[in-house]
Amino acid sequence: MNEPLHRQLGLRDDEHERIVATLGRQPNRAELAMYAVMWSEHCSYKSSKIHLQTLPTEGPAVLVGPGQDAGAVDIGDGDAVVFKMESHSHPSAIEPYQGAATGVGGIVRDIISMGARPVALLDPLMFGPLTEPRNRWLFEGVVAGIGGYGNCIGVPTVGGEIRFAEAHSSNPCVNVMCVGLAKADELVTAQSLTPHVGSLMVLYGAATGRDGIGGVSVLASATLDEGAEASRPSVQIGDPFAEKLLIEASLELIRGGLLEGLQDLGGAGITCALSESAARAGMGAEVDLDAVPLRAADMEPFEILTSESQERMLAIVHPDQLGDVRALCARWGLQTAVIATLVDGGILTIRRGGEIVAEVPARSLADDGPTYDRPRAEPARADAADPALTPFDGDLSDALLTVLAAPGIASKRWVWRQYDRVVQGNTVAGPESDGAVIRVPGTLKGVVVSSDGKGRFGRLDPYLGAAHAVAEAARNVAVTGARPLAITNCLNFGNPERPEVMWQFAESIRGMRDACEGLGTPVTGGNVSFYNESGDSAIDPTPVIGMLGALPDYRLRVQSSFPQAGLAIYLCGETAAELGGSEFAEAVLGETGGMPPALDLARERALIDLLVAAAEEAVLASAHDCGDGGLAVALAECAIGGGHGFAITLPTDLPAHIALFSESAARAIVSVAPVDEGRFRALASTHGVPVARIGETGGPRTVIDGAIDLTVTALTDVWELAIPRLLGEAV
Amino acid sequence: MSQPRIGVVTFPGSLDDGDALRAVSTMGGEGVALWHADHELRDVDAVILPGGFSYGDYLRCGAIAARAPIMAEVAGFASRGGPVLGICNGFQILCEAGLLPGALIRNRSLRFVCDDVWLRIETAQTCVTNGLTPGETIEIPVKHGEGQWVATADQLERVEGEGLVVFRYSARDGRLEDAYNPNGATNHVAGIRNDAGNVVGLMPHPEHAVDPDVGPTGGQSLFASLLATALAEVGA
Repeated sequence: MNEPLHRQLGLRDDEHERIVATLGRQPNRAELAMYAVMWSEHCSYKSSKIHLQTLPTEGPAVLVGPGQDAGAVDIGDGDAVVFKMESHSHPSAIEPYQGAATGVGGIVRDIISMGARPVALLDPLMFGPLTEPRNRWLFEGVVAGIGGYGNCIGVPTVGGEIRFAEAHSSNPCVNVMCVGLAKADELVTAQSLTPHVGSLMVLYGAATGRDGIGGVSVLASATLDEGAEASRPSVQIGDPFAEKLLIEASLELIRGGLLEGLQDLGGAGITCALSESAARAGMGAEVDLDAVPLRAADMEPFEILTSESQERMLAIVHPDQLGDVRALCARWGLQTAVIATLVDGGILTIRRGGEIVAEVPARSLADDGPTYDRPRAEPARADAADPALTPFDGDLSDALLTVLAAPGIASKRWVWRQYDRVVQGNTVAGPESDGAVIRVPGTLKGVVVSSDGKGRFGRLDPYLGAAHAVAEAARNVAVTGARPLAITNCLNFGNPERPEVMWQFAESIRGMRDACEGLGTPVTGGNVSFYNESGDSAIDPTPVIGMLGALPDYRLRVQSSFPQAGLAIYLCGETAAELGGSEFAEAVLGETGGMPPALDLARERALIDLLVAAAEEAVLASAHDCGDGGLAVALAECAIGGGHGFAITLPTDLPAHIALFSESAARAIVSVAPVDEGRFRALASTHGVPVARIGETGGPRTVIDGAIDLTVTALTDVWELAIPRLLGEAV
Repeated sequence: MSQPRIGVVTFPGSLDDGDALRAVSTMGGEGVALWHADHELRDVDAVILPGGFSYGDYLRCGAIAARAPIMAEVAGFASRGGPVLGICNGFQILCEAGLLPGALIRNRSLRFVCDDVWLRIETAQTCVTNGLTPGETIEIPVKHGEGQWVATADQLERVEGEGLVVFRYSARDGRLEDAYNPNGATNHVAGIRNDAGNVVGLMPHPEHAVDPDVGPTGGQSLFASLLATALAEVGA
């Protein structure tokens, strides 16, 4: 390998020149390694930053916006919800169990470092078809890794979603979202704590080893090509037991007022934590690498500085409080090491064995990385044929069974049965609900979360794909009765150096911006995951949206499925002939072209207002998003979940297959007790939402007049067993 | 009238300790937090070893916790007839400590399982079932990766022969079938007791089954029995 070192580490020639100009000399190996990780795409957002800056980030409920470890939202009475989503896709593609497990660990530490207790996890996942053995290995490994880590740290996994597409065969996407709770005045932010010159930087938690070196630069910021297996040493190994101890110790340190700053160690390890902490404080630091507890004594300085060993935190501690900090950590069995002292001047001076091994301005690492306005080019549209124009004369009952068995639609029970959903005792509604509901201890309030991505729509139109993801996430929160408040996101894309991918990214950001503005849900942070491609196969542009909402009283939450017989069923919203990117088009017609459904944000907002108002007045017996798979699937899920059938008449003049499977936006299925129907219709009229009474709940069969007649049992069987069957565990 | 004091031990890696304390107070008792490294039980009337992954379940589930300082006190308390309930990891700890027979190994599926299950009550001769009737069923969640109870042939003969099985996984109507056994446990065993009935361990989580807003309610009767037993201790 005759490449210059900076290229081997993932730095471009012009980036190397910039480092030389900053330092006024050639960087040594350790310094180069530090810049390589900090200026990596993963850490510096160099390709995405100029686009992310266009997103709306302010709103009455936002306490902490982008730029911190996680966003925070005010839910009243001094209670704050902290939330963030991240990807761990590249590690998971190489080592699914550890890749997914350490993804959970990393996002949990982001929440802790804000001073919040982690109370819920959600996992949006994307895989290639389960008919391929390798995809089954990835799928089973990722699920086991999420469970193996999450179950062991006492944070319930309450939701997420799983989608399948061929492009994910070589690029599985593993996104992880964590939600935490704190008192607003206890949040740890750059503003809330003030480090002093002379304060100490205390590394606590696990020792530093050779695992995960260059994870952000080698793994996360390049495409996975042939020979990716060789980068397995760049995948970190998780120890959830240590993480559980870190959670408890960190929260006690914060509540005890013992800290002047706190940062997790994730991507780029000690380099990132040191440089960001010092830069935020407007200071530099004298760093002694000899003090870092190591797993291998002969580690080189660059290895210590860039190791991504898990379960470590960096606290800034006043010297007077060091004794208390050490005692508290010792009580939880955690080792502590004073590795640095804050100094005036902004320079990180790093020593090993008394010798200076690196000397760089903290800000140049943390804040002054390059930003790029990469070229964008709209790709040629592959297939414009509108599937709604394809004649269909097949059997509609068979079509419904086919769509219900599509793995993206089918029950994910096989997955979430492996997750502890109940620990902490506050899970009011888990993965079976459109939006998971977590109650806030000591109050009647509920936090509602959903995560949604629309890769199939994104492929056809990235602007609409992103906007639909926001709208669907908001709807999933609103059907529980909660008002959507704000989002986090994880933006999954291909190689940003390709103009087509950069165009998709810019369009997605534009769609997300418009939808967030239209629905009043600002962006509080997120994560960008580029380079999800290998060879000529890039993933569909898939921004995954994590939506947060709040219920004033969790007892008013509305369930997703039909709770009893004898209820009136209403379809809220209007159905158009929109089959582009639909489950039906792909699973039944075998067509993947056309355009996604239109999106009218005013209608979305009106529907959300209606759902929230109706829940407040307790007139809804159930409410379910009508999205993936259309009306037929939404009705089937309501029947399966509640065990009650229905009889309905289709409300439109559209051909039956379009009325049943169109994925038009701004719709929901609600059930209403007869006594509440008048009030519900009045509310719908007030909010300008067209509603149609399409039938009633009850009985063992699901009957759609003239189109479908199946038993609830038959639907349940197909829907529940589809994934076990693909895994060879059911017949 | 005084409230029974129910101690809940926190080991490093305990996860459901807070949930057990909350269940105690929901059911009218006073929860008392106990610490693994301490040598005192703070005058509690009953002890709960909660669920979780003590010491990461490294080595074997419960093996390290069984040797924690406080376990000597728990063993002494149990030998004097004090009520002790081990839930999930707590059950594993009681087996590792030799206070209950048998062992818990990986689920037959080799996967973690979290689900609501039905349990058939086998005996009322324990500190947590004395308010129930044998044959009745209760609904409680399980969540574990290593919950398959196994025993040697001799142990099994004694456990079955002397009526030490307290709970079996069953259908809602009490039928025993493999489909209702979430982990492949021998003879569908979900929980057992010691000879005196004052020490009980079970894999399901009754502390997650006392509040109808967040789950089933099958744990209420078990906590009611435990609190009544503990209250009798106060009176004794």
